[in-house]
Amino acid sequence: MCLRRFSQHQCDVIRRTWQTHPPLQVRILALRTLAGMSATAVEVVDLVKRYGDKTAVDGLCLTVERGSITAVLGPNGAGKTTTLETCEGYRRPDAGSVRVLGLDPWADSAALRPRVGVMLQSGGVYPGVRAIEVLRHVASLHAHPVPVDALVERLGLGASGRTPYRRLSGGQQQRLSLAMAVVGRPEIVFLDEPTAGLDPQARRATWELVGDLKTDGVTVVLTTHYMDEAEKLADSVAVVDHGRVIAVGSPRELTARGASGTIRFTATAGLDIGSLAAELPAGTQVRETIPGHYLVTGGVDPRLLASVTAWCADRQVMPEDLAVDRRTLEDVFIELTGHELRT
Amino acid sequence: MVRSQTGLELRMILRNGEQLLLTVVIPVLVLTVFSGIEVMNLGTRHERIDFLAPGVLALAVLSTAFTGLAIGTGFERRYGALKRLGATPLPRWALLVSKALAVLMVEVLQTALICAVAFALGWGPHGSFVAVAVLMLAGTAAFSALGLLMAGTLRAEATLAAANLCYLLFLVSGGIAVPLDRFPDGARPVLEALPAGALSEGLREVLRGGSALSLTHVAVLVAWAAVAGVLTAYTFRWE
Repeated sequence: MCLRRFSQHQCDVIRRTWQTHPPLQVRILALRTLAGMSATAVEVVDLVKRYGDKTAVDGLCLTVERGSITAVLGPNGAGKTTTLETCEGYRRPDAGSVRVLGLDPWADSAALRPRVGVMLQSGGVYPGVRAIEVLRHVASLHAHPVPVDALVERLGLGASGRTPYRRLSGGQQQRLSLAMAVVGRPEIVFLDEPTAGLDPQARRATWELVGDLKTDGVTVVLTTHYMDEAEKLADSVAVVDHGRVIAVGSPRELTARGASGTIRFTATAGLDIGSLAAELPAGTQVRETIPGHYLVTGGVDPRLLASVTAWCADRQVMPEDLAVDRRTLEDVFIELTGHELRT
Repeated sequence: MVRSQTGLELRMILRNGEQLLLTVVIPVLVLTVFSGIEVMNLGTRHERIDFLAPGVLALAVLSTAFTGLAIGTGFERRYGALKRLGATPLPRWALLVSKALAVLMVEVLQTALICAVAFALGWGPHGSFVAVAVLMLAGTAAFSALGLLMAGTLRAEATLAAANLCYLLFLVSGGIAVPLDRFPDGARPVLEALPAGALSEGLREVLRGGSALSLTHVAVLVAWAAVAGVLTAYTFRWE
């Protein structure tokens, strides 16, 4: 099921060329047109948005490449939803600029809305409307929608088609929201926490759909506070905290940056990590993230592991849940911000 | 696009069982009970029907264009449905037109029902159909604008309470079931200047008295529609 299409202008150009030139030149023109389109789908420069005294977004910069999946990762209150809503055209920036597909989402919203798919964080549907009714309706508002029945089957909503929205389960409501976002064959979709509260099966189905969107060339921008989602899905992760992007890169880049590997264990709270750090080679860091949970980052090798366990043995402390891991995005986040992702 | 949205709006209105009480049950009850029982000292049975039927038609417009629309829109706003529609290619004007069309269609159904009941009770209307249509359209415009003004500024629960309260107040003081001359002399011009009074008195002049369309009443309704409409355009919050 192809979820993308060319813009109206591109179709017109290609059609006219087809009528006046032989097919090979049409192909060349199509490729040129695609190449000539701006490579960036979303460009946010120094975005500032305030609500009264509170500054939700404070000089945020973000660039999203066409056809990529970008995850905006951050805790609640970081400004993810505000940024997304500014890109969607719901909010007007107090300062800075936002360009989606080269257009201003506030000023050019009429031109942009047929090309953009939106999934709100919650709600967005009349409580009394039936699932398939509202999906057909949103499809009818677009010029070239995806066949609704296929999409319904794809997202496992077949059985609940005639159920009113308010009687759907949370997972079904969310899948319906996602279906509404993609049914119009947009060029770019903004998904606000697409798998929040979903069971593992539904999460996997959603991830599959997001993967398919990318295969069809649709740009995906999603917000999440699930690290596994960001690591698994995203080509590019922007870590956001207090209204600013504090790190950006592919998941591999972010987790490989600096030290490699971690050792984590739980034990009694308040151990003297200073003395542990003193026994370990330079460049290793020891931290007590939450009372009782310890994290050692640095050049993790068997010798380091032995040093850590020996130190514990000397103090008659049993390191429980001892694990040697690759650095995860959560570790990156803690290092960058000094606090946990999940508040 | 407008057709699809109008269909959706219509289905949402008709599926709302609670609104049925205000849009159908109460108007028909007012018509049948107050014409059957000598409550207001209105005269003979025929005189009562001739007095009540235009009032109940005004009540029908009030219930759909004001109360129903305000509450429905207020909750659509609360549940994010309006916000979500704002991300679709549907333009704002198309949404408003669809809502207006859905309201008008429901009013046609209500009018048919009320007229059927009134005729069964011995109603003998006069006057031109066009005049009635103009008045009801003007009334719909005025009430819709006021309803949207309320829905776009207040919380959904506040809209629910206020719209129902206004329905009740207009039922009593809008010239619908109670003749305006029962109110103190000073109050009468005020009540006739309110949209409910203007509509019901205007309809009564045409349907009972057979007189030509009273431009004053239409002007009052249009003025309400214009002022409320402008205010709504500035104050409506979509979420």
